[in-house]
Amino acid sequence: RMTMSRALMHFNAASRATNPPLTFTGTEIEEQVFIADTHCMNVSAGPTQKMNLFQSVTSALDNTLAGDPTAVIFGEDVAFGGVFRCTVGLRDKYGKDRVFNTPLCEQGIVGFGIGAAAAGATAIAEIQFADYIYPAFDQIVNEAAKYRYRSGNMFDCGKLTIRAPWGCVGHGSIYHSQCPEAFFTHCPGIKIVVPRGPVQAKGLLLSCIADQNPCIFFEPKILYRAAVEQVPTEAYQIPLSQAEVLQEGSDLTLVAWGTQVHVLKEVAAMAQEKLGVSCELIDLRTILPWDTETVCKSVVKTGRLLISHEAPVTGGFAAEISSTVQEECFLNLEAPISRVCGYDTPFPHIFEPFYIPDKWKCFEAVKRMINY
Amino acid sequence: MAAARGLTKLYRIGLHAIRQNTTLKATTFLQQRAFRLNGALRQQPFDSSAEKPQFPGASAEFIDHLEFIQPNVISGIPVYRVMDRQGQIINPSEDPKLPKEMVLNFYQKMTLLNTMDRILYESQRQGRISFYMTNYGEEGTHIGSAAALEPTDLVFGQYREAGVLMYRGFPLDLFMAQCYANADDLGKGRQMPVHYGSKDLNFVTISSPLATQIPQAAGAAYAVKRENLNRVVICYFGEGAASEGDAHAGFNFSATLECPLIFFCRNNGYAISTPTNEQYRGDGIAARGPGYGLMSIRVDGNDVFAVYNATKEARRRAVAENQPFLIEAMTYRIGHHSTSDDSSAYRSVDEVNYWDKQDHPISRLRHYMTRAWRKQSRKLVMEAFEKAEKRLKPNPELLFTDVYNEMIPPIAKQRDAMWRHVQQYKEHYPLDLYEK
Repeated sequence: RMTMSRALMHFNAASRATNPPLTFTGTEIEEQVFIADTHCMNVSAGPTQKMNLFQSVTSALDNTLAGDPTAVIFGEDVAFGGVFRCTVGLRDKYGKDRVFNTPLCEQGIVGFGIGAAAAGATAIAEIQFADYIYPAFDQIVNEAAKYRYRSGNMFDCGKLTIRAPWGCVGHGSIYHSQCPEAFFTHCPGIKIVVPRGPVQAKGLLLSCIADQNPCIFFEPKILYRAAVEQVPTEAYQIPLSQAEVLQEGSDLTLVAWGTQVHVLKEVAAMAQEKLGVSCELIDLRTILPWDTETVCKSVVKTGRLLISHEAPVTGGFAAEISSTVQEECFLNLEAPISRVCGYDTPFPHIFEPFYIPDKWKCFEAVKRMINY
Repeated sequence: MAAARGLTKLYRIGLHAIRQNTTLKATTFLQQRAFRLNGALRQQPFDSSAEKPQFPGASAEFIDHLEFIQPNVISGIPVYRVMDRQGQIINPSEDPKLPKEMVLNFYQKMTLLNTMDRILYESQRQGRISFYMTNYGEEGTHIGSAAALEPTDLVFGQYREAGVLMYRGFPLDLFMAQCYANADDLGKGRQMPVHYGSKDLNFVTISSPLATQIPQAAGAAYAVKRENLNRVVICYFGEGAASEGDAHAGFNFSATLECPLIFFCRNNGYAISTPTNEQYRGDGIAARGPGYGLMSIRVDGNDVFAVYNATKEARRRAVAENQPFLIEAMTYRIGHHSTSDDSSAYRSVDEVNYWDKQDHPISRLRHYMTRAWRKQSRKLVMEAFEKAEKRLKPNPELLFTDVYNEMIPPIAKQRDAMWRHVQQYKEHYPLDLYEK
């Protein structure tokens, strides 16, 4: 297996100049979907290259196939490079027995992946859209998650990683926009990870692949091209189950993951500018098992918590965070915990601008909490 | 018309069995695939001047009159057997001529399984274990197939294959330990009885959901193929489980990805109470194989030599040619589905008695050889049984471990909370039955 190098990498002004935040034009609304990090990150030293999110995924997969002869990548259409280009070039480079198409069958893809992992191969399965993961629900929940436990640790499928494009994309509608993480958080035995950008994506994906438990890695599809950063070309890992505080603050804690982190970055700036409110922004990164300590520590300090996700509010993961925080930090709370999420409807097509938990809804929630 | 005849001929299964020339014996596999070029069907370059279909999806001929293919269930795929019901070898060239000790071992293992089943079924009835599933009538499918494999071959099972594990040497103590969920259970007491597993014997732990192991077996076979170590994967399932989507997925994946895999279907006539005519309308499971591009055969599951021969040949070719094989072993489930079932509610005693008395794998093998083992096997089983019964259950700590490869904080918190609670309310928890 590959070795990981971990040293300080500094984002400097020069780097920021080569990574200006890109704007993504939706219907008539201009939204910044990706805002590059401005602070130092501990990832890796060594050469970097400008990569968008799908290229950072390719880079992680390339490192994996290079360093681990048992590693195989499979799923629908991955051979020619994948519908989101995440596997471009890998079949030519590593061979058709290592990067191959499967028949169109998600339960088969995950079942096959479980068996390959149980037999000792590093199995990286791609589900073409998170919206289509449900046929594999039984294999994930009843099999993968329970393989180690039910066999008394004689067998496991820890070498399995499932990747799937995730989240709203401006026009994806009901079946190309879903965020299904909440269905799986109710399932001990798997890990669920969502990155906010290319540097995070590569490091977190490599950690998932190395992790000895089956992992689901959701990739925000709207960021595949819109998010561009300088990403180390060599392998590195970002730890799982560790939330990251992107910005320290004293008045209110903001929690999100994936694309929504960038929305909250803007909200934090708006809150500071228009309300003089200092927000602490946390990227949860790993949804299961999640970093309760970092979130609770922050809420103890600020007394206010806003959690935001695209997925529908009822039964969404914000409910779990909210419940835990009120148990742990009840007396510290200055206001009820706020959830700004998608509505309890399927993800609509033409109404997407009204559906998503945009910065105005989040900002309004901040105002209400401050004035509570 | 020649074209029509050609088409119906392809599907009139009985007439179209192709004999394979093998080293020692000739077994009959139905060959559906026209040709294999490194497994990929090579398309001729497109040429619309030729009066041949140019479609990428199929390479058959044109036909100029309308005719539906008739599924053939009356004279479907024939059932391969070596012995008749009286244990006589029918075709001497098919006799595997196994050494006497091996045949004796077959008989001993089948009767040991049968005896263990009787005792453990009774023990459930007496409230000693919570649940049990017997293997009555299907012992031949287990022993015949297990004997044809190498010990390193990986086995994925459903739940009615205890004989495979027994043949490989899984001791009575560990069968019992799993059923009693005591501290010796390799599975650490986490699953219902009969959910066996053994890493050392290459038998992947059973799970309750049906057919989930089928695509997993394809994945494992793919990994095994890449290792290049003369190993095969075998995947057992019943004819009911074959209706699941996972079965379709597993068959299709194994064929397209060229996996060295044996699919072994135990067609025992019932899925709990559902007879086969309510499970499928085609010609059983074997007839589905060609649809996926699988080499397929139907065998008499109560004939241990037929099962042995078919599995042996399938194994040899699966490894040599990196392709999957489908064996449908016809048999009969003499027992109830499980201890939670009373099959007299849906089938007649006469039907069960026929199979028990007239066509039982153990009897057929016994007619082929001679006896004395019954009494001794009962003694062995009872000894293991009593030992298992007295053994403590595993420490309740093990409720919380192995969810992940390492303990994680939220689960550790819950574990500590459980112990604090149990300390406070200890008189309400059966702590004395568990290891400390």
